[in-house]
Amino acid sequence: MDRALKKYFPIFVLPTLAAFILWFIIPFIMGLYLSFCEFTTVTNTTFVGLSNYMRVFSDGGFVYSFMFTTAFAVVSVLTINVLAFTIAMLLTKGIRGTNIFRTVFFMPNLIGGIVLGYIGMLVLNGILINFDRTITYSGAYGFWGLVILMNWQQIGYMMVIYIAGIQNIPGELIEAAKIDGARPSQTLRHITIPMVMPSVTICVFLTLTNSFKLFDQNLALTAGAPSDKSAMLALNIYNTFYGRVGWEGVGQAKAVLFFAVVAVIGLVQLGITRRKEVQQ
Amino acid sequence: MNARKAKHGKLLTAFFSVLCLVYVSPIVMVFINSFKKKAYISNKPFALPTEKSFAGLENYITGLAKTDFIKSFGNSLFITVFSVLIILLCTSMCAWYISRVINRFTKGIYFLFIFSMIVPFQMVMFTLSKLADMLRLGNPLGIIFVYLGFGAGLAVFMFAGFVKAIPIEIEEAAMIDGCSPINTFFRVVLPILKPTCVTVAILQTMWIWNDYLMPYLILDIKKYKTIPIAIQYLRGGYGSIDMGAMMAMLVFAVIPVIIFYLICQKFIIEGVVAGAVKG
Repeated sequence: MDRALKKYFPIFVLPTLAAFILWFIIPFIMGLYLSFCEFTTVTNTTFVGLSNYMRVFSDGGFVYSFMFTTAFAVVSVLTINVLAFTIAMLLTKGIRGTNIFRTVFFMPNLIGGIVLGYIGMLVLNGILINFDRTITYSGAYGFWGLVILMNWQQIGYMMVIYIAGIQNIPGELIEAAKIDGARPSQTLRHITIPMVMPSVTICVFLTLTNSFKLFDQNLALTAGAPSDKSAMLALNIYNTFYGRVGWEGVGQAKAVLFFAVVAVIGLVQLGITRRKEVQQ
Repeated sequence: MNARKAKHGKLLTAFFSVLCLVYVSPIVMVFINSFKKKAYISNKPFALPTEKSFAGLENYITGLAKTDFIKSFGNSLFITVFSVLIILLCTSMCAWYISRVINRFTKGIYFLFIFSMIVPFQMVMFTLSKLADMLRLGNPLGIIFVYLGFGAGLAVFMFAGFVKAIPIEIEEAAMIDGCSPINTFFRVVLPILKPTCVTVAILQTMWIWNDYLMPYLILDIKKYKTIPIAIQYLRGGYGSIDMGAMMAMLVFAVIPVIIFYLICQKFIIEGVVAGAVKG
């Protein structure tokens, strides 16, 4: 079978592979190389070694954005997952209207980040105007504004995954626990949570990487205001590339560091939660 | 016991009903404010329009004039539909080949596809946009191929996961009966992959329709805008925003999504779950 198929490489694989090499592999390798260069266009470059990486830390902006993003990721991963799991537990009890609730909670997830950001701006500024503040009053306002916005967007998505996980638990298991006299809290702790660990792995991975990569919502809601105090990593990198002439190399070095951070965090998290999954 | 449980259920239903209202209220607010004069939107966003603050369709007219929204909608639709179709066709073929012809080369390709999924867009954004510029692909037709390259990772990964679950005997039987590999793929494999196609299509549609940064950097935005670009365009140079036009355009941006969602709701939620479980 694979001998007959082998000749068909140009038809089956080549289109995808060519696009992938052109739009991913080449930009990726060029990006790595350019992070060691000074340049304004991709054809006019001088090799400067590690100096771009030194300059990354010369202004405090990158480190600040990193801390801001990390804090944001921790808070939103916790809130989104705890709330989504709680709602999923309550919506699997077969109460009336479950389908409608599920539909409504999932909906904000389909709306794009830019649109969502401006909707959030209207609502949050509308509330804050009563206190004579706006969402760009300080970095902390932007921080919590983004947390609320991301909760609104992502709880529904994670809830749907948790619901599927909870419904996959064999009914006998819960019944056996009940017969053995387990209280609901014990069933939750010793059966439900261990059994939905695969869902937890996925949801934490998705929320964590989404939080680190967040850009559109940040751009629309605060655009980093006031004076970059609410700028997350992706926005900081974008501004370095397109906001400052002569800093393109530094922007690329930041992007490489950003990639390394996202990859390491994602893989470490997968490793940790995967270990907690139980074999069925 | 049962009476208590029923009462409990009613309380929960009531609680969730209120929560649902809170959930949709931002969208309702946008809708209401789109009919109010600019000054009243920022000052009293929670108030209903009164005779004094009612603006009629003025916001919609200025918004459409400022953003070229109808054309942007067309661009978004064109780019999303054709990118998704091409991704489905090319990556499913690619995934089948690299799962059936196993050697060092195809294993290497597969690894690179998976690797690409964890790379954030910022890593390649500068070089990618310069490359697209050099090749003069800054138009809706060109960006489709960029999406094929950049979306290939996730799509191939998901298709390959499913191909592995198809018993190879089915395909071998078709080949022995004289089917060419192309016929085998389109007559036998692709129909089996249909549910995965739905999942991939939904995930890619959600991404491409809402994507802002990639089209913004690649397209010649004086000529071609997509919906997110048109919306962002309303934020003026110094951060000033025409909130009236913004509200009207947000309504236009949200309504098609909600209609689409309500029609395909079941597929979308199932697709997302299937995608997450595979990932």
